[in-house]
Amino acid sequence: MKIDIRNARVIDPASGRDESAPVFIADGRILAIGAAPDGFRPDRTLDAKGLVACPGLVDLSARLREPGYEYRATLESEMRAAVAGGITSLACPPDTDPPLDEPGLVEMLKRRAESLRQARVYPLGALTQGLGGARIAEMGELAEAGCVGFFQADAPLADLNVLLQALRYAATFGYTVWLRPQDAQLSHGGVAHEGEVSTRLGLPPVPEVAETVAVAAILELAAATGARVHLARLSTAKGVAQVAAAKARGLAVTCDVGIHHLHLCDRDAADFNANMNLVPPLRGPRDRDALRRGLGDGTIDAVCSDHTPVDDDAKQVPFGEAEPGATGLEVFLPLLLQWGAEMKLPLPATLAAATSRAAAILGIDAGRLAPGQPADICLFDPSGHWTVSASALASQGRNSPFLGLELVGRAAVTLVDGRIVHPA
Amino acid sequence: MRNLQLDAQGRLVHLLSTEGLPRETIQHILDTASQFVSVNAREVKKVPLLRGVSIFNVFFENSTRTRTTFEIAAKRLSADVINLNIGASSTAKGESLLDTVWNLQAMDADMFVVRHKEAGAPHLIARHVKPGVHVVNAGDGRHAHPTQGLLDAYTIRHYKRDFANLAVAIVGDVLHSRVARSDIHALKTLGVPDVRVVGPKTLLPAGAERLGVRVFHDLADGIRDCDVIITLRLQNERMSGPLLPSAGEFFKAYGLTPERLAVARPDAIVMHPGPLNRGVEIDSGVADGGHSVIMPQVTFGIAVRMAVMAILAGNA
Repeated sequence: MKIDIRNARVIDPASGRDESAPVFIADGRILAIGAAPDGFRPDRTLDAKGLVACPGLVDLSARLREPGYEYRATLESEMRAAVAGGITSLACPPDTDPPLDEPGLVEMLKRRAESLRQARVYPLGALTQGLGGARIAEMGELAEAGCVGFFQADAPLADLNVLLQALRYAATFGYTVWLRPQDAQLSHGGVAHEGEVSTRLGLPPVPEVAETVAVAAILELAAATGARVHLARLSTAKGVAQVAAAKARGLAVTCDVGIHHLHLCDRDAADFNANMNLVPPLRGPRDRDALRRGLGDGTIDAVCSDHTPVDDDAKQVPFGEAEPGATGLEVFLPLLLQWGAEMKLPLPATLAAATSRAAAILGIDAGRLAPGQPADICLFDPSGHWTVSASALASQGRNSPFLGLELVGRAAVTLVDGRIVHPA
Repeated sequence: MRNLQLDAQGRLVHLLSTEGLPRETIQHILDTASQFVSVNAREVKKVPLLRGVSIFNVFFENSTRTRTTFEIAAKRLSADVINLNIGASSTAKGESLLDTVWNLQAMDADMFVVRHKEAGAPHLIARHVKPGVHVVNAGDGRHAHPTQGLLDAYTIRHYKRDFANLAVAIVGDVLHSRVARSDIHALKTLGVPDVRVVGPKTLLPAGAERLGVRVFHDLADGIRDCDVIITLRLQNERMSGPLLPSAGEFFKAYGLTPERLAVARPDAIVMHPGPLNRGVEIDSGVADGGHSVIMPQVTFGIAVRMAVMAILAGNA
């Protein structure tokens, strides 16, 4: 299939390309941008007038809920939601049931995902067996099966020695270890950021130090072992400052933030809206602002949707009993654009945070829109308004903090491997 | 954000928290309660205001005392009262909170009095009941216990007449206390200029000063020249552990004794939401002494709950 895309504003964040130019695609790759290759005869021409063409988004965290939680979402529904959101590559955390701690499960997930021929799926293997926190998983076997990193998700580790040894082992083979920095004891039972709002609402708090202490411990152990560490879902201003200091002293650490944490803070949960119950909890306004700046100045390497579809039954309960998380795949792009606009960033810089910079963390060949690259492309209308509603979402998860609100920007056409996967 | 407790005309439709209640609404509740105080002093303690109204006491967390006061209040208004201890039934069978409520609503409940261990549970219910069905929060987690806050305000007004020049200290486990939160919001709204919280750092919530109170860690400083002292109950399970070394050490630092009370105003009143832990947060000499208004609080509590129910049902 040969496709040419006409009249789009073509943006490649990695190179800074931002121009109106035709894009020529053949055999799943980008053949050329600008001048047509000799003898190029497209099977299909896409008129992308008014649209931006950028690399398909790379999402560092999307829970697809398979295996084990098919009542919350299925691969079919979530893969459709991903491409509807302009996402062409995604990493999925290992907190499925059973967790992704053995190669057979990883292979099956990859095979199922590939058979749907939509976004590319990059599983993160469990750091410990069963995510139990005590015995490290078979990282070698899992890497061979296709895992791009090892993650403990939201499950606690038994103690710091397990973390030390896991980092040593991973460092031996050059694997990246993903950790969500939150001390399990200090956050035990907590559901909301400790501060004025948790005090008003009487919600069990998660103190800021739960993150500070965990980040400090992880950074010291990373320095001691030489392991490559990725901190998933920073939530506090302190955490951003800690990472900035670690990077300044040359530590091989990367980090990300969830898209909702760039826009929301604890005050947004002040009416007990269970869709605001997220992990990590929405922090204070100053934390939110530090996260926004940190992503802008590169302290935070990338932003992710942290897509977590939750069924209504698990959200229509009191705030503290609600299953945490928000559906994210389809609000990812508009919320990214909103952050960039509010930060007054040029569009290429905005898009870099969810394309080339995210791909670099995963170490995958994605997130670029340049000749020779895989033709994973998102065409979006930067001024297309739409209202977040249950019927507007392809994801089975309708648990959005933005339900009923209008967002700007939505993928019009998504290509993966040179094929149009959205609209279906 | 719409205030769930009020309708478009500003009338009270649910009582979920004292936070966000207009001053006039609180005053109306207190004024109505004072009329019911006289009913309660009569030989026939019953008025036919809520005849035919079905009130369901739905307690997801056990409580004999609070449930009883609501029951008495409803019966004195001639309502039909149904008590449900859900802790021991539906949810134990896996039924969701909303399913339970919808089932009871189908039995033509007019009002739910709800206690739940989770903060915000009554708000969730209020958002899902039919128009015309009212929800009264009888305590949700650490969040709110608005009828207690209102009866405390009533008691203070009864003894002090006016809120304008008062200093009120709330002493003890503020962190876990829904009563403290409801007292603070009610008293600030009514115009008390000096509300204080007193306790060790382990028992005071983060950002307490943002609620408009002054924070003290020393009991004498905290209650000096106060007109009202509200002592809070310290739960057994918190008396020793990471928050406190022992009940004895807590009493030494924060227990209200007649000697310590001497730094407060000579006409200070001492309140307690009950049940009392004598020798932990309060000395018997104070609990049973001349400053104590703990028993009148209980009596006024019935009238305040009658007022809330009557107003919600549109009959006061």
